[in-house]
Amino acid sequence: MDMAQPEHVTAASTQPVLEVEDLRTVFLTDDGAVRAVDGVSFTVGPGETLGIVGESGSGKSVTALSLMRLLEEPARIIGGSVRFQGRDVLAMRPDELRGWRGDRAAMVFQDPMTGLNPVLRILRQVTEHMVSHGRQSPATARVRAVELLRRMGIAAPERAAASFPHQFSGGMRQRVMLAIGVANDPVLLIADEPTTALDVTIQAQILDLLRSLNEEFGTAIVLISHDLGVIGTVCRRVAVMYAGEIVEEAATEAVLTDPRHPYAWALVNAVPRLDSPAGARLTSIEGAPPNALDPPPGCRFAPRCPFKIARCDTDHPPLMEVAPGRRARCWVTADGRRLPAPPIPAQAAPRSAAPEERPLLEAEGLVKHFAVGRDGFFGASRIVHAVNGVDLRLRRGEALGIVGESGCGKSTLARLVTRLHEPTAGRIRFEGQDITHASPAEMRPLRPRMGMVFQDPYASLNPRMTVADALAEPLLAHRRAATRAEARERVLKLMATVGLKPEWASRFPHEFSGGQRQRISIARSLALQPDLVVADEPVSALDVNVQAQVLNLMLELRERLGLSYLFIAHDLAVVRAFCDRVAVMYLGRIVEQGPALDIFAQPLHPYTVALTSAVPEAGRERVILGGEPPSTLSLPTGCAFRGRCPVARPACEVPPPLAEIAPGRLVACHFPGSFSRPGHLS
Amino acid sequence: MLRYIATRLAAAVVMAVLASLVIFLISALVPGDPVLAQLGDIAASDPATVLEWRAKWGLDLPLWERYGIFLNGLAHGDLGISIATRRPVLEDIAQYAPATLELATVSFLLAIGVGIPLGIAAAVWRDSWVDSAARIVSLLGVSSPTFWLAFIMLAIFYGWLGWAPGPGRIDPIAFPPEGPTGLFLIDAALAGDWEGWHDAAAHLVLPAVVLAAATIGLITRTTRAAMLDSLGQDYVRVARAKGLRAQVIVLRHALPNALVPVVTLGGLAYANLLAGAVMTETVFSWPGLGRYTFRSAAALDFPAIIGITMVVSATYLLVNLAVDLSYAALDPRVRR
Amino acid sequence: MSATQIVLMPAPRPRWRRRLRRYGPAWAGSALVLLWLLVALLASWISPYPPDAQDIVHRLAEPSATHWLGTDVLGRDVLSRLLHGARLSLLAGFTVVLLGAAIGIAVGVVAAWSRGLVDEALMRFTDLVLCFPPIILALAIAAALGIGATNTILAMLVVWWPKFARLARALALVQRSQEYVEAATVLGLRPIRILGRHILPNTFGPLAVLLTLDLGNAILTFAGLSFLGLGVVPPTPEWGSMVAEGRELVEQWWVATFPGLAILTVVVGFNFLGDGLRDWLDPKTRSR
Repeated sequence: MDMAQPEHVTAASTQPVLEVEDLRTVFLTDDGAVRAVDGVSFTVGPGETLGIVGESGSGKSVTALSLMRLLEEPARIIGGSVRFQGRDVLAMRPDELRGWRGDRAAMVFQDPMTGLNPVLRILRQVTEHMVSHGRQSPATARVRAVELLRRMGIAAPERAAASFPHQFSGGMRQRVMLAIGVANDPVLLIADEPTTALDVTIQAQILDLLRSLNEEFGTAIVLISHDLGVIGTVCRRVAVMYAGEIVEEAATEAVLTDPRHPYAWALVNAVPRLDSPAGARLTSIEGAPPNALDPPPGCRFAPRCPFKIARCDTDHPPLMEVAPGRRARCWVTADGRRLPAPPIPAQAAPRSAAPEERPLLEAEGLVKHFAVGRDGFFGASRIVHAVNGVDLRLRRGEALGIVGESGCGKSTLARLVTRLHEPTAGRIRFEGQDITHASPAEMRPLRPRMGMVFQDPYASLNPRMTVADALAEPLLAHRRAATRAEARERVLKLMATVGLKPEWASRFPHEFSGGQRQRISIARSLALQPDLVVADEPVSALDVNVQAQVLNLMLELRERLGLSYLFIAHDLAVVRAFCDRVAVMYLGRIVEQGPALDIFAQPLHPYTVALTSAVPEAGRERVILGGEPPSTLSLPTGCAFRGRCPVARPACEVPPPLAEIAPGRLVACHFPGSFSRPGHLS
Repeated sequence: MLRYIATRLAAAVVMAVLASLVIFLISALVPGDPVLAQLGDIAASDPATVLEWRAKWGLDLPLWERYGIFLNGLAHGDLGISIATRRPVLEDIAQYAPATLELATVSFLLAIGVGIPLGIAAAVWRDSWVDSAARIVSLLGVSSPTFWLAFIMLAIFYGWLGWAPGPGRIDPIAFPPEGPTGLFLIDAALAGDWEGWHDAAAHLVLPAVVLAAATIGLITRTTRAAMLDSLGQDYVRVARAKGLRAQVIVLRHALPNALVPVVTLGGLAYANLLAGAVMTETVFSWPGLGRYTFRSAAALDFPAIIGITMVVSATYLLVNLAVDLSYAALDPRVRR
Repeated sequence: MSATQIVLMPAPRPRWRRRLRRYGPAWAGSALVLLWLLVALLASWISPYPPDAQDIVHRLAEPSATHWLGTDVLGRDVLSRLLHGARLSLLAGFTVVLLGAAIGIAVGVVAAWSRGLVDEALMRFTDLVLCFPPIILALAIAAALGIGATNTILAMLVVWWPKFARLARALALVQRSQEYVEAATVLGLRPIRILGRHILPNTFGPLAVLLTLDLGNAILTFAGLSFLGLGVVPPTPEWGSMVAEGRELVEQWWVATFPGLAILTVVVGFNFLGDGLRDWLDPKTRSR
């Protein structure tokens, strides 16, 4: 076949866009070659959509980079073939490769905040490869760039083109990245976790855009994600990766409802859903992925597999056809058998807080403003309005969830009630004691009664302290243990409580995985036997299976120790699975508050409606909320949401109070319930 | 923007005046006595001579009064009279400054002309022989004592090989080019005196290289580190995914982002060159501020020291201001 | 055309070569520094001659078997003076850097911890000192204090501490906002404990790197001031003043060349060591 043949002449309708066969990529490390991608094969036809899903370290991103040959030392492709419309990508010379990349095949990356060059104007970044690939003259490229930006949903595209990246939000930047990706009408677009860094309503917008690009222009899409829900909204087919291999490949819908590989099964069932039954525990599997330097001889998932049979430990299964159009790498389901549904745990005892007594934690009219640096070098200093008047009450034994998108003030709220920050205005009471302006010394006797778990398990542990030291420190500082030996005993008990092995006590944080670190962090928060645990996004940095493990642990601890939680998260399903009551925050205010099950079954505030419908779950009807939250630097007047609200009316110029419209249900909206999602799930 | 510059300039003036106060305090608090340094042991043993001398130079007045006099003079553009040369300090500085300015500027241009390309090459071909060579050059540059390097260069290129002219700004028997700037290269060029220009340029080569050595090392290191950082950024990967050519990626995408730390260092380095000229000028008999500083310090000529400190500190502050302003040109995030 | 089938597991580079690239400079640096420390300690025992023994008959003798590095104007053995000179250079370097760092870190940490007015006042004062060109200020102070090693070290101290104050403050501010420091605060630990157990240990790495690199700097500056005649009183052997004594002697190159080489090797040693420390402490370069 002639390589120089223009692609439109080839029988584009039948020839696959991408054929990957037995692709192998390794990382050369001092300890040996880490097999990041180990024999991956798949095919993408013209206009097809394929998702690749897996947890971190499964090799999905390395696969994507290998396809584009964008790997850098010490990674190296050591085997297999990648064919693009019949052309051998791995054999391309550097100049051929350059001519192909960004022209016929394009790629969009995870973090839009760092993917755009901060010192170049948007226009240049969108046009430069149109010109360098000879597709457009500079003048026509400019016209096309503005057209593309408009198509991507950017308001005032001319002005946007003349701007610099820092003037845009993450969602806007990802739109620009997509415009860059499709600028030369590529046949294939590879998107590597394109929405992971974005909020759920923005994610819904970008996924919608991806879908329409595929439909309108017939661009084939390979979408990499850790989230099966995200893939389900865009891709027809999905390949599940585990330890460098594809373990299952099938129609997305089939995998979601009837997974045939135990790992896919675990992935599907580890994720809490907005429509799962109340009180259900999440399914989690024990253990961690195998060492990629020296994978087990049999099935790589066998050590963790709940269904394994004798053969799994010895024979490495190939990817076998288990049903028409679907393949799985599993001896158990090789004969076409299905995997059982996860056991539905006994309904937990109804979690009801003791009736009205003095609340454990109470906040009234809480406000926090931060002075931030100047606006650029030459401007005036600015004020971030992080929290703008929040009232909340947390009863003893209750779990109150705070949800909202980034910048809504939920993390600040967590730091206010624990008095890491001092409120600008308002009042905080802990067991009736006013701690609004308590000094660190005044707080100290109260500290043992409130624990805190942070988001980032890597940053929240001192890298230079062993687990034992980190856990013993609060005990010794508060004289809860008289001697080191006594402290050590308590530490071992704590470690057992959160499922850490006692022999790990003398290890340092970097020797642990993210999930294990979060367990350490939880153990530390429990060391002083607190009444209240404030958890700030405790699972959002974790893979879904680990997330399920940690959530189950926290639920169990709550029952066993009678803890109260203030649980901050952006993931609605996680909050729903964990909390009794939920408060939804928008721009530093609570817009809706009520029992967790009710609030997601029948949201009353338009923002809650949009939020719940944006969750990427199969079968969910979507309301795509336009726009983005306004800046916290200058608050809008009236209802903070009215700029994006689909049912805003003139009355909304008056800020609505948070009013109780049904027992236990509070909404800050003049027209509660007037906006509901179409065909919403029961 | 203008307001910003004005504020910064005002701050610079305040800082320079405070700096003079510090030097004043030092001159009063330290045990060294200019009387001894100026009059010599024999004359200083006669109390009458000493008293008379002290009165003449105002050293018998209380410190705050002396400082008041100094400030008053400063307001009228008068830095006082040098004890050692008996000439107005400002006049001395005006006479010696051009030689140093010329030397420092040529060195600086040399340092960025060598250091930035070398740093870029070292980052682009990381771990190659270029990188190793850049590493050795910068290591030797920052580790060599300037005064020793000056000696070695003179010994080799003047004493042994005879390729370079000896110390001094020009041939001792030649007349210095007359001109408005006092910068020989410019004055000679303005006068069309190409022979003089060549002479001055030839005399500049060795001291400029010596003075630039440490700066080359620093700039190479900083450029390499900043480029490595910039080349590892996501936007560079995006640029590669666009199928852009390597030089476009390096020069248009990575380099502008790497320049901010380089400019910061460059500004500091330029100001330091002015000060670092002390050693180079001593070895090369360069009639500049560096040598004047050294002579004034050795003679405890405090009016001169204060004057120099104020001039150099002011230059420091101005260069810093220029650096801060250049951020705005380099990085749109700083603008607005 | 068939797809290329590249199936070969590349052999990793030999272990010793990777080790050499990674740890070579650090080892070379440690070796150089250690060598000079030993020289400084043992100078009296390993020198072939007393450092100030004059031998006018054999003045300016070329390097030979009797005087390995030749003799100077007064017929003193250059090698012996050079070995003895290591003492003062290293002593001055360590004193200036350690004391300067101690003062600077104290100022910086106090500033970062107290914030507000104290912070503002301390940092303005630091800026004030920083706006002097260091060598000129040191020159003025050293001249005013009078010639002598102690005075020169004092003068250098005055200009040395501000950069450490800035760095320590910046590091402490970064540490303050670390989540593990917040976690320690939520646990109700006392500020002094947070500072001692959480903040200082984690700022140790960058400070150690800077200190090591700075030792070379301090030695260079001290030698420079000595070269200008401010460092030591004449018969004392010191590298900078040795170069000064030989700087007119182009024909007798050995008088100035060898002391300069000594300075160069010490400073290279500290630079290597500092770079090595940085690479070793930096998790990003660790995996390479």
